[in-house]
Amino acid sequence: MNHDSYDDNYIRGILNGVKSIAMVGASPVNVRPSYFAFKYLAQRGYDMIPVNPGHVGKELLGKPFVASLSDIGRPVDMIDIFRNSSHIMPVVEEALRLPQPPKVIWMQLGARDDAAAEKAEAAGIKVVMNRCPKIEYGRLSSEISWMGVNSRTLSSKRAPIPVQGQRLSLNRMSVGGGNTAASDRAAKNKSELS
Amino acid sequence: MTERLPGFSTLAVHAGAQPDPTTGARATPIYQTTSFVFNDADHAASLFGLQAFGNIYTRIGNPTNAVLEERVAALEGGTAALAVASGHAAQVVVLQQLMMPGDEVLAARKLYGGSINQFTHAFKSFGWNVAWADPDDVSSFERAVTPHTKAIFIESIANPAGSITDIEAIAAVARKAGVPLIVDNTLATPYLIRPIDHGADIVVHSLTKFLGGHGNSLGGIIVDAGTFDWSKDNKYPMLSEPRPEYHGIRIQETFGNFAFAIACRVLGLRDLGPALSPFNAFMILTGIETLPLRMQRHCENAKAVAEFLAGHPAVAAVNYSGLPGDKYNQLARKYAPKGAGAVFTFSLKGGYDAGVNLVSNLKLFSHLANVGDTRSLVIHPASTTHSQLDDAAKVKSGAAPDVVRLSIGIEDKEDLIADLEQALSA
Repeated sequence: MNHDSYDDNYIRGILNGVKSIAMVGASPVNVRPSYFAFKYLAQRGYDMIPVNPGHVGKELLGKPFVASLSDIGRPVDMIDIFRNSSHIMPVVEEALRLPQPPKVIWMQLGARDDAAAEKAEAAGIKVVMNRCPKIEYGRLSSEISWMGVNSRTLSSKRAPIPVQGQRLSLNRMSVGGGNTAASDRAAKNKSELS
Repeated sequence: MTERLPGFSTLAVHAGAQPDPTTGARATPIYQTTSFVFNDADHAASLFGLQAFGNIYTRIGNPTNAVLEERVAALEGGTAALAVASGHAAQVVVLQQLMMPGDEVLAARKLYGGSINQFTHAFKSFGWNVAWADPDDVSSFERAVTPHTKAIFIESIANPAGSITDIEAIAAVARKAGVPLIVDNTLATPYLIRPIDHGADIVVHSLTKFLGGHGNSLGGIIVDAGTFDWSKDNKYPMLSEPRPEYHGIRIQETFGNFAFAIACRVLGLRDLGPALSPFNAFMILTGIETLPLRMQRHCENAKAVAEFLAGHPAVAAVNYSGLPGDKYNQLARKYAPKGAGAVFTFSLKGGYDAGVNLVSNLKLFSHLANVGDTRSLVIHPASTTHSQLDDAAKVKSGAAPDVVRLSIGIEDKEDLIADLEQALSA
């Protein structure tokens, strides 16, 4: 699996298929990126579970924090890891020890651990690295286009009518659009330096 | 598994635009509205807190303008863009994100006269200083970098003489200095040159020129290449520090590789206010659909006119980088292999008076202060666009008193040549 770039259909398939998402490293502070992503995904109907040992006893948008993946006590479809690259492996190992491991392990924008990805993939788990599910949802639904962002998609098909005001559907047919090669190169150079 | 990448002409027609989900309208609708209703109170709060993507108020964003933004971002190979009221507005909004009083922008001396004015005089009252360097001498940029330098600003094809800038060499200076390279790509358009491919971090345009292309609508745009790390030191607090305007969020941390475009929108456009009318965005979008076709014709005509002038006895010199032997021909072959643009200058043996006579005798060329129209245009920079400069500065910026500037349109080239011929012999 090439983790430098993903086919849009691979990402769309994941975001369409999963229903429950445990977010490791979710923050209750409402200006943190993890809070933004948690709230956005919750509003799109995902069953969100905040995982952060520092905030047990508190809630995030009505959902109680749990200390670890094993404390969730039920199977989840996807684990979204909001930690930096050096903290990925233990989370993946914990996920693999769950009685019913997740179908997808997603590592947040800036986070990548190829060895951890290989381990998860060997266990039949789909992996996404260095992406944000909020941005990908916005990109593939083209909601993010409202912010002038290059969604890198083109479509001549009419998308489903928005059901809830300014919320667009992921179920849209599209082909690849304009690439952002220079930005991708810069990100790669930065991760190799750090 | 990688998807195939669409070509430039496909992007020029499709990028950013899809059939309207509600009505099925295929052309981009003009959302001529100031404001947009919220789903509920929480949605409103999410939008104001930058937690959700969506529309609030046309001074911050508008769905018609957003199509234009995504289209130009895609054509330039950028991550995002922000459309504003004019090219000048784009420059103010960009620099507001980068500069504090006492900071410096290092700019190429060969710039559009209006930019020279804006940088020299208007920005002075903000406490922003400008240092000038010679785009034909890269070492002059290296020498001019100081601890106060926050950005380097150049034009890809430079006004008024259509000279070509060595973008990669100046990008290397910017990288070494740890500052972003801003490229005004107005005269080239992404069809001829994509500065991001050569190391630019930010691209700005006057959309009024070739992108809109029909001389009917003002507009400007800022494209974020998504290449610059704004948080590696404390130089760019608008992007790296908690913003009190948004309860303490950090723009780069939150928006990643399109953070600069977001900063321009939510800190620049929102607070400075130079919003683009959705009607203008629609006109410019329509123009962009034919950009590749028009640029091919503009360049073909410009080359033919330049060749004609180079052989005319009344002409002292032609500055067109598309001509073999021109000072910038090597750079033109490297950076703009599809064509050297359609704006160039020439000088007349008869000097200033001959220039004035020529302008008044032309019958198809319009005498006006614009470039990048379907129509062919002519102007005498020394008495108009560059009139604020002293004689030495005029010569340095390529606008000597005997110089006439042409912007070649998409008419039949034979008619343009005939018009010049009769005017030169009149």
